[in-house]
Amino acid sequence: MSEVERHSYDVVVIGAGGAGLRAAIEARMQGMRTAVVCKSLFGKAHTVMAEGGIAASMGNVNSNDNWQVHFRDTMRGGKFLNHWRMAELHAQEAPDRVWELETWGALFDRTKDGRISQRNFGGHEYPRLAHVGDRTGLELIRTLQQKIVALQQEDEAEFGDPEARLKVFQEATVTRLLTVPDSGSEAGNRITGAFGYWRESGRFVVFEAPAIVLATGGIGKSFKVTSNSWEYTGDGQALALMAGASLINMEFVQFHPTGMVWPPSVKGILVTESVRGDGGVLTNSEGKRFMFDYIPDVFKEKYAKTEEEGDRWYTDPDNNRRPPELLPRDEVARAINSEVKAGRGTPHGGVYLDVSSRLPADVIRRKLPSMHHQFKELADVDITAEPMEVGPTCHYVMGGIEVDPDTAATPGVLGLYAAGEVAGGMHGSNRLGGNSLSDLLVFGRRAGLYAAEYVAELGDERRDVPQDQIDAAAAEAVGPFNNEGAENPYSVHQELQQTMNDLVGIIRREGEMAEALGRLEELKARAEKAGVEGHRQYNPGWHLAIDLRNMLLVSECIAKAALERTESRGGHTREDHPGMSADWRKVVLACTLADDGGHVDLVRRTPEPMRGDLLALFELDELKKYLTDAELPSAAPSAPDEETN
Amino acid sequence: MSYKANFRVWRGDVDSGELRDYTVEVNEGEVVLDIIHRLQATQAPDLAVRWNCKAGKCGSCSAEINGRPRLLCMTRMSTFSAEETITVTPMRTFPVVRDLVTDVSFNYTKARQVPSFTPPEGLKAGEYRMEQVDVERSQEFRKCIECFLCQNTCHVIRDFEDNKPAFSGPRYLMRIAELDMHPLDVADRQKAAQEEHGLGYCNITKCCTDVCPEHIKITDNALIPMKERVADRKYDPLVWLGDKILRRGKTQ
Amino acid sequence: MATGTAAPGRAQIEERHLRTDRWWLSPAVTVTILVAFIVYSTWRAFANDDYFAEPYVSPFYSPCLAENCDSMPLSANAPLFGDWWSLSPALIILIFPLGFRLTCYYYRKAYYRGFWASPSACAVPEPRSKYSGETKFPLIMQNFHRYFFYFAVIVALILSWDVLIAFRDEHGAWGHMGLGTLVLLANVLLIWAYTLSCHSCRHIIGGRLKHFSKHPVRYKYWQFVSRLNTKHMQLAWASLFSVALADLYVYLVASGAFDDPRFF
Repeated sequence: MSEVERHSYDVVVIGAGGAGLRAAIEARMQGMRTAVVCKSLFGKAHTVMAEGGIAASMGNVNSNDNWQVHFRDTMRGGKFLNHWRMAELHAQEAPDRVWELETWGALFDRTKDGRISQRNFGGHEYPRLAHVGDRTGLELIRTLQQKIVALQQEDEAEFGDPEARLKVFQEATVTRLLTVPDSGSEAGNRITGAFGYWRESGRFVVFEAPAIVLATGGIGKSFKVTSNSWEYTGDGQALALMAGASLINMEFVQFHPTGMVWPPSVKGILVTESVRGDGGVLTNSEGKRFMFDYIPDVFKEKYAKTEEEGDRWYTDPDNNRRPPELLPRDEVARAINSEVKAGRGTPHGGVYLDVSSRLPADVIRRKLPSMHHQFKELADVDITAEPMEVGPTCHYVMGGIEVDPDTAATPGVLGLYAAGEVAGGMHGSNRLGGNSLSDLLVFGRRAGLYAAEYVAELGDERRDVPQDQIDAAAAEAVGPFNNEGAENPYSVHQELQQTMNDLVGIIRREGEMAEALGRLEELKARAEKAGVEGHRQYNPGWHLAIDLRNMLLVSECIAKAALERTESRGGHTREDHPGMSADWRKVVLACTLADDGGHVDLVRRTPEPMRGDLLALFELDELKKYLTDAELPSAAPSAPDEETN
Repeated sequence: MSYKANFRVWRGDVDSGELRDYTVEVNEGEVVLDIIHRLQATQAPDLAVRWNCKAGKCGSCSAEINGRPRLLCMTRMSTFSAEETITVTPMRTFPVVRDLVTDVSFNYTKARQVPSFTPPEGLKAGEYRMEQVDVERSQEFRKCIECFLCQNTCHVIRDFEDNKPAFSGPRYLMRIAELDMHPLDVADRQKAAQEEHGLGYCNITKCCTDVCPEHIKITDNALIPMKERVADRKYDPLVWLGDKILRRGKTQ
Repeated sequence: MATGTAAPGRAQIEERHLRTDRWWLSPAVTVTILVAFIVYSTWRAFANDDYFAEPYVSPFYSPCLAENCDSMPLSANAPLFGDWWSLSPALIILIFPLGFRLTCYYYRKAYYRGFWASPSACAVPEPRSKYSGETKFPLIMQNFHRYFFYFAVIVALILSWDVLIAFRDEHGAWGHMGLGTLVLLANVLLIWAYTLSCHSCRHIIGGRLKHFSKHPVRYKYWQFVSRLNTKHMQLAWASLFSVALADLYVYLVASGAFDDPRFF
């Protein structure tokens, strides 16, 4: 093979969303020469889509809030499957991460006394989300981007080169992590670099680095209806898997109940939860407010039984129960799914979400400006005059790369770190709104910090990048050009999305998932034959052909884990196993790469038991819902509930 | 409700290119980006286009449709008649990479020339106090999704390549305004806006405001207020006289 | 070397622009109206006649600053220029509103687009190879807009006085109102709205502050001016029409072509 372009850094961060940029900032501030490699332009990452806010228990609006309450909410939201140590660190450090953004220029909405305003959100006991209108994600990305520019300006002053210690390589896709076997440690492999290509020119590039932080986000593009952008092809998950790491909790995929279903061009785009919070109701094609038929037994006491009571709640929440439109995301998504399947859906396969008959037009425009704008501009629908059509959309994957909770290091691959959506464990089986942005900041920083520490300990020791891996990666990447027109990568992708949507979607059944695994095998065979024409310069067909490998590998992991877990919990709903089981809580399903390199194996892991002082934050009755008798705190049964508070 | 539309899409690279004709299916409710994607999937698999969120929030799919700078994902097909030929070209102010993709590095270079947020010495994280009324002006500018359509449409650099070194463009003049109006920024940015970033080139013809997909009032709320602030400092004879007499330094 | 959209590196597209809409309409309308106004106002400014019909004075001739003015006993006259000035007294005072409008941020846009084609419309290329915007003389003088704004306030005050005296009849007795009173009143209201909606005014009144929270009263004014400011374009045109109409009305009455209908 001919020589490829090479760059040498101390730390290479793959992904330039919130987690990636925060990691890069930290690594650079620790003195490391740092590179960020991203598929899109700098500043375009999917983080910009986040609307609601950043969850952090600053207590600016309600001073009763503290990290313990936030921790408790997070564990409950994740149905106790969360790695408790990650949830703990997350709750403790989130406020500092938010305040730090202000010192870099972020402008959050303010309270009357000039502090950062915080808003209520589903699952959070107190107003907790720092926000800027409904564009918090954009503020986060822009602030981090501008901090990187600030660091580059410092370097320009010091070295005459703004990119001396921190450089963003944009529009480059990494297709392989480069490793060498590591005999000296428990880890199986050691990172030496990454291989990728420039999207613009199609030329190959090798980044030599002893430490790599993966921050590539999610997997939504494996599903047909998704709120995720094209970038979410499971790259980081697949790269880690192929380098020897494990993926955990991959069966837990969050479907947001309300995505747009029409027009086709915007299918899947999010309709914010606040629409329902402000009074919007869900109706089927018969005009019925169907959510009243879908209140599960465990919530019977907490939700209104009649429309009249539900309507009173908006003005008098203390004396009425909330309407069932505000049930947790998974419940609402399932209900919408059932209505559509029963033939009571809208012409475009959703249900109606209506605020027009509930609120005056000017109130709608004031309270939901971006939704009004979004429907007006994208769908030509005036939500002050007509209902929206909505349906569930694939939104977030709770699972991801297995990491050490403190250091974000990947067991099994020395020098590999992961943070953000690509990492697993933090959110358990279901993520709370607002916990995503704080997750990015807390663990992005930790990944950058510990990657830098690791490199500092290495001193000058570097391992060479193995040439055979570079050659193999290059051969793999140009593969699609040698397949003469066999398969259209776009068709393979569409079928993959259809398969995952129909067979491993919101409601899962054993037979369907087994069928999905069969189809995935066929699709893998077809993907290997996917051919592209033209040249390597900015060729989207080629890019997709390469991404298919990642999507298929990750989809297989999701389907296998979902088939294995015979219970329903959070983002995983089995029609044939509707109950939640305390025994299954003690099981973490992990995918590893099979020996043939093209499949995943599923293994069961036992999570570490929660620390006593954290267990003590919950009342025993609550713990009983999740834990087996043997796991319950021994002294607890006789202890009065008040003391455990 | 589908029909066949006539599209002319610029195909080419830095050396040469042409407007190529396509006939392509259009369905109800689609936007121009959908049609470009259909072309990719059916007729032109190597047609290069930059895009991400497809919801007008990331600012990646900037191009020109019938000669007007637009986001491909926010231009509904229903705004055209079925008979109309729709011409799509890359942005014409920046160097082309291929097809609809341009090299927007000019913008990143300019971004780096604006000194970053400068808080007061000694103010610690967590101790920032700002009033809502004081942050609102800058918040409007921070809605910017950096689609660079304003940079593309601005005639100062669109029509005059030589002005590129001297002029930062509406996006970055607005960034200066954002920082100048930030309640806790202590840096002096006003003279630099004129002397280093070329605010004087702006002749407030408002094309930047017209194309802004976020509807930011770039001209009225950022550029003109900056021009007035510069006038305070540079073109106010009383201030000028005072500076001469008292031999005040350049920065206050 | 080719510049602009034909510069090396950019997508090579033969068409200078690809706009298919009627982009030329707006600059054409601008030019037509402004030319019409210039012709009319030039004629009227040099006419030096028919600008006063008790108690109405044309806004083109107020205040009258030379001795060769008509006898306008109630108006804001001050023969500061003495008797050496033999041209039309309108020329002295019109400099100020002319300068105000010439340097106005809205009119600048209108005439740069309409007369200079700089640019005629967005994404339509300019017909020149060099451009320095407002960085050099004479256009750097646009930065003096605020001084014209100060004069414009004085002019608006004087025109307000003219409206006030238009409530007195030709004998100086209060309680008069004719159609002319209303025409002048409408004009002065539009002049005030245009003047106060000026971008310089918005800056001076509060825009220059860093912390609105420390200046609540100025913040309130700033909000008011900002609301007006969003209508600056409409007010610019409306007040241009109204000032011409007010002058025309006085001309018609003064020249005897028309009798001012009196309400009381």
